[in-house]
Amino acid sequence: MTNDTVLLGAVAYDPKVVTIWEGFRAFFADHGLDFDAVLFTNYERQVAAHLRGDFDVAWNSPLAWLQLERVAAKLGRRACAIAMRDSDRDLTSVIVTRASDGPSDLEGLRGQTIAVGAADSPQATLIPLEHLRAAGLKPGRDVEVRRFDVLVGKHGDHIGGERDAARALIAGEVAAACMIDGNHLLFAREGVLPTGSTRILAQTAPYDHCNFSVLDDAADRPAMRRFVELLLGMSYADPTVRPLMDLEGLKAWQPGRTEGYAQLARAIDAFGTIDGFVALQLARLRR
Amino acid sequence: MNETSPTLVVDLGSLGLDDGGTVLLGLALRGVAPGSCVRVVGTREELAIHGAAWCRARGHRLLTSAGPGLAFVVGTADRARWQHARRAGHASRERDGAIARQADPQWGLAARGALVEAGVAPLAFALSDLDELWTDDVPQLYAQAAAAQWDPNTAIPWDCPLTHPGVVEDAIVQIMTYLVENETAALLVPARFLAQIHPHFREVMQLIAIQCADEARHIEVFTRRACLHSQELGTSSAGGQASLRTLVEEPDFAVAMFLLSVLGEGSFLALLWFLHEYAPDEATRAVCRLAAQDEARHVAFGLGHLARHLGMDPGLRPRLIAAVERRHDALAHTAGLNADVFDALVLVAAGEVAPAEIARGWAAVVELEREMDRGRRRRLARLGFDEDSARALSELHTKNFM
Ligand SMILES: [Fe+2]
Ligand SMILES: [Fe+2]
Repeated sequence: MTNDTVLLGAVAYDPKVVTIWEGFRAFFADHGLDFDAVLFTNYERQVAAHLRGDFDVAWNSPLAWLQLERVAAKLGRRACAIAMRDSDRDLTSVIVTRASDGPSDLEGLRGQTIAVGAADSPQATLIPLEHLRAAGLKPGRDVEVRRFDVLVGKHGDHIGGERDAARALIAGEVAAACMIDGNHLLFAREGVLPTGSTRILAQTAPYDHCNFSVLDDAADRPAMRRFVELLLGMSYADPTVRPLMDLEGLKAWQPGRTEGYAQLARAIDAFGTIDGFVALQLARLRR
Repeated sequence: MNETSPTLVVDLGSLGLDDGGTVLLGLALRGVAPGSCVRVVGTREELAIHGAAWCRARGHRLLTSAGPGLAFVVGTADRARWQHARRAGHASRERDGAIARQADPQWGLAARGALVEAGVAPLAFALSDLDELWTDDVPQLYAQAAAAQWDPNTAIPWDCPLTHPGVVEDAIVQIMTYLVENETAALLVPARFLAQIHPHFREVMQLIAIQCADEARHIEVFTRRACLHSQELGTSSAGGQASLRTLVEEPDFAVAMFLLSVLGEGSFLALLWFLHEYAPDEATRAVCRLAAQDEARHVAFGLGHLARHLGMDPGLRPRLIAAVERRHDALAHTAGLNADVFDALVLVAAGEVAPAEIARGWAAVVELEREMDRGRRRRLARLGFDEDSARALSELHTKNFM
């Protein structure tokens, strides 16, 4: 890493990730910024590499953000979210049951089985389970949890787990399933959850999703400032980047914010989701 | 605009965003300026939840999603997508500038007249220049071709009786074998260029496509006629194939179409009408007549676009002359027309093997070659070649006819 380069870390949860960052690399090059990306197969390795200083900025899932932030805090370092997609703000998850024979409220799920996504999916597992827990239904005790682990390590970026959970609901294997609000709409359109076949039992409070994270004072480096400036200036009207924005699922980049991760933070506190990861990183970095 | 007083209220009734509500919403938002406030109401329970997700995905700013509805501020994305879009000419040929002189690679496969989003990955078509392709007759020729398609199964009296001698039938089989080989070249040459034509010139693309379909039918009916009474086909000579090979391998569209359509198919017109005249049976007569009618269109297109192209590009004429000379030199040491084919033509024209009839047949084939030459010179004159160069070029034309 040189001072005028921005090196990004990203998780390749799908082959399109290569297309996206190769495309953005060309965009930044056209605007005089030397940008490149390194790809990881899972967020844990990416967060560890970031803490080691292997790259400058991470494209982090919300869970990876919390992993980075917590290890950094324990080391007296500081993590900072510098930008995010417009579409990553104020998401909600829903807990859905069959309209025909499902329970009429959350309490009706007591003693039943609920389908969730991958173990590390904030949207399809951790946040909905935290919502249940706060409502007095402790996962594993009051409700049986059936996980649909598609690509663990990718923090639910792959939609497969959510879709499988929805299928299990329709097949009658579970009493309820958890998913992002937008995926409830998508699965209805796909026919996985035919219109009228499901009822929304609960909706979580809004939360935020991915962000670009940096450590310490990296945000103040001129190249990083330029990176953020170019991101925020990227226009959906620009035909050279619109296909990339479509692939990445956004209409505009927004400044980073971290208030939207509080709900997930409560979930991982309650479930101890990342305790082992944090301890392991601290042990390695302090050695 | 005050965010609390919506510009627009859209009532979806019982529709959800998962079963058609987005279509109504899309209609309602047409022409609504970014920054306008829209309220969506309806009776579906999930409307607010789905509406919030929909707004997030479409770049609209959600104001409220409470109760059975939502309110949002229209974002810029829908408009931004089409901001730099351009029309690919115009659907109606009558409109000024409807057909571009040079078709844009960025138009890709878009219909002529469509509004094309900026950022379409360019699709490079080698033939994208109006002057290389166009003639004002193209739409009319296409319409004629589409109307003149015939069904090989019903258009030909396949069950007509066999009354001619066996040697004449063998001669017909040999001629059909030769025709199939030549029709194959006549299919492959335009087919190779078809994929290089910018679809903006859709009438040319369509005409050449239907020309390929014509040749496909010719191949079928000539094969079927050859096999009507015979188990085996005739011969294919090295000289004949060498001639066709120079056609199939010609990389320049104008040159290839000149050699194929003007000189080759032009000569074939005379050959097919000759066979029509001397055909020993009704099936042969019908296949030759139907093929000749199609070929007349192929020749007309070749003449039409080359005449226009020659008028636009003074460099083309010497290129065409050089191509004929080059082809002649390349074929100088080949045998030309398959001798079996020449003899077969004599036999068919003779109708039987008596010396007097053979003499008559021979004279008829010699006259056929003269007629082919006259036809070529006539067409070259139509392309503006003077009498001397037309005679010279016609003489240099391949002895294989095609
Ligand atoms: Fe033909
Ligand atoms: Fe033809």
